[in-house]
Amino acid sequence: MFENIALAFQGIWGHKMRSFLTMLGIIIGIASIITIVSTIKGTNDQIKESLIGSGTNAVTVQLYQDDYPYTFSQWNPMPDNVLPITEETRQQLAEIENVEAVSLFSSRQYDYDIYYGNTSFSGELYGVDRDYFTATGYKLSYGRGFTDDDRAAFRKVAMLDTGAEAVLFGDVSAVGKVLEIGGEPFTIVGVVAKTRSSDFAIETIRDYQMYADTSGGKVFIPLEAWPIVYRFDEPQSVVLKARSTDDMTAIGQQAEDLLTANQISGTSDQGTFSYRSDDLMNQAAQIQEMSNATNNQLLWIAGISLLVGGIGVMNIMLVTVTERTREIGLKKAIGAKKRRVLGQFLTEAAALTSIGGIIGVAAGIALSRLISSVMGTPTAISYPAIGVAVVFSMIIGVIFGMIPAVKAANLNPIDALRRE
Amino acid sequence: MLLEMKDICKDYPQGKEIVHILKHVDLAIEEGDYLAIMGPSGSGKTTLMNLIGCLDVPTSGEYLLNGENVAHASDNHLADVRNTTLGFVFQSFYLLPKLSARENVALPLLYAGVKKRARNRRAEEALQMVGLGDRMDFMPNQLSGGQQQRVAIARAMINKPKLLLADEPTGALDSTSGHQVMDLFDELNAKGTTIVLITHEPAVGARAKHLRRILDGELLAEGEGGVGDAW
Repeated sequence: MFENIALAFQGIWGHKMRSFLTMLGIIIGIASIITIVSTIKGTNDQIKESLIGSGTNAVTVQLYQDDYPYTFSQWNPMPDNVLPITEETRQQLAEIENVEAVSLFSSRQYDYDIYYGNTSFSGELYGVDRDYFTATGYKLSYGRGFTDDDRAAFRKVAMLDTGAEAVLFGDVSAVGKVLEIGGEPFTIVGVVAKTRSSDFAIETIRDYQMYADTSGGKVFIPLEAWPIVYRFDEPQSVVLKARSTDDMTAIGQQAEDLLTANQISGTSDQGTFSYRSDDLMNQAAQIQEMSNATNNQLLWIAGISLLVGGIGVMNIMLVTVTERTREIGLKKAIGAKKRRVLGQFLTEAAALTSIGGIIGVAAGIALSRLISSVMGTPTAISYPAIGVAVVFSMIIGVIFGMIPAVKAANLNPIDALRRE
Repeated sequence: MLLEMKDICKDYPQGKEIVHILKHVDLAIEEGDYLAIMGPSGSGKTTLMNLIGCLDVPTSGEYLLNGENVAHASDNHLADVRNTTLGFVFQSFYLLPKLSARENVALPLLYAGVKKRARNRRAEEALQMVGLGDRMDFMPNQLSGGQQQRVAIARAMINKPKLLLADEPTGALDSTSGHQVMDLFDELNAKGTTIVLITHEPAVGARAKHLRRILDGELLAEGEGGVGDAW
């Protein structure tokens, strides 16, 4: 075996120019495949990271009425058959695999009962627990956060996100100002910002629905202060922080099942209620599929160049077998079996295409980096793809080397020796 | 008896005709024998050589080599027989140009499955035996014709074959080198190797213990067919 490999490399090295030209088809094919796969992976990684994970890997699970998120308001109170989320359920959620943090919260949208002076606020109001900012990836921008004392004393304090701050205060500091929420005065103690913002170009309505967080920003108050404004003191939604983006779907599903089983009993005449997680992963998968479909066509074209490369290898191996007829004849005369001659030529073809494959991988990596830096598109080297490419090019060598190798193995030693 | 051929025929199709290259050949060679086969070109001597050397199988007839019927053996088995029982020396040496003298000589051992270190040691011994101990790492194109043929003989002898087959071994050599090669054959035969050689040079044929002539596919009895003092 080692002799065969050593001989194969000698043969390839002995005809440097010819070997290189033969490999060229394989090199081009593999390089294009690596480039395409790297670009696909780069785009997908970017979609996944910035869209789904938003850099924080937060999975939100909320109550759905039939197929739509259930929005609480004065007219839409807690349905009869939905129970408040208990501390026990929170514990169970925290025990789901790969969950880093669990936070319970209440929220209202379209609630116009928030004012600063004469300005009404049309964003969202959140009643949040201790873990909310950690789980969703907010950090304090300035001021302070909610303290345990705030919560214990049911203090009327509030925090804003940067969106709400911009809408209500512009450039003026918000800390110390008083908001009127449901007729009650709440003192603003701090402003939070997302640790990582996703910079998406919003080009279509679909993009807008997907990426736009909220129009008017968010106002946060301690969950304990929620009943001061609304009657319910129990959280209605859950946010879970996943260890990695890939875990988000699984965590979301487990949390859905758990919450639907624990919180919803019986039926309601208001419709079918269930807990569902954000389906961002699914939506992202659709986008990824679209980009994959285009790129798959490119992969087929690259595959054709591999086929052409393989035929080139077969051609040159046939020439090699003819040139080395006497060598084959002599080897068979002194005792080489068919199997060995076959092995020698297959090894040589496979070595030729494997070297081509390795050069192709290097060229592909270089090319995708170049494209990435010139065009500004993301690229990510896929290590499994590299392995597959090298193994695949080796297989091409074996497949296209088969006919020449069989021809060599079946040479009659007498004819082979007599040939000049 | 090392080798026994009974009623061997070999036919080749040529166009629509069938040509009878060998006609009912009987041949027996004892261990330690040294036989020269002479004949004009087209007489069938090379075909006979190929049959003896298990490079080809007869159309009909029996061939016992070393007590074993090899007339209908499989390709793989014939390869083993060629590797272990037979040694070949050809007119144009057939050394592999990209291998050194040592590697060329060691080649049959590779097919016999001998480990690399043992292969090299035995190749060196064989090269010393043919007087090329100082040329181990030379490439074939750095050696003279006579030296190349001696490397080929070392290769043929490396597996200690029962039978050494030589096809015009001096045909491509000058007379001095030719003599050296023939001296080497005498020496090998004296040590017990059975030799069959094909030649059309009377002086070469005359050095064998026995000489038989082949004419139009028929192997003549010893002493028959000699022309004057040709040998």
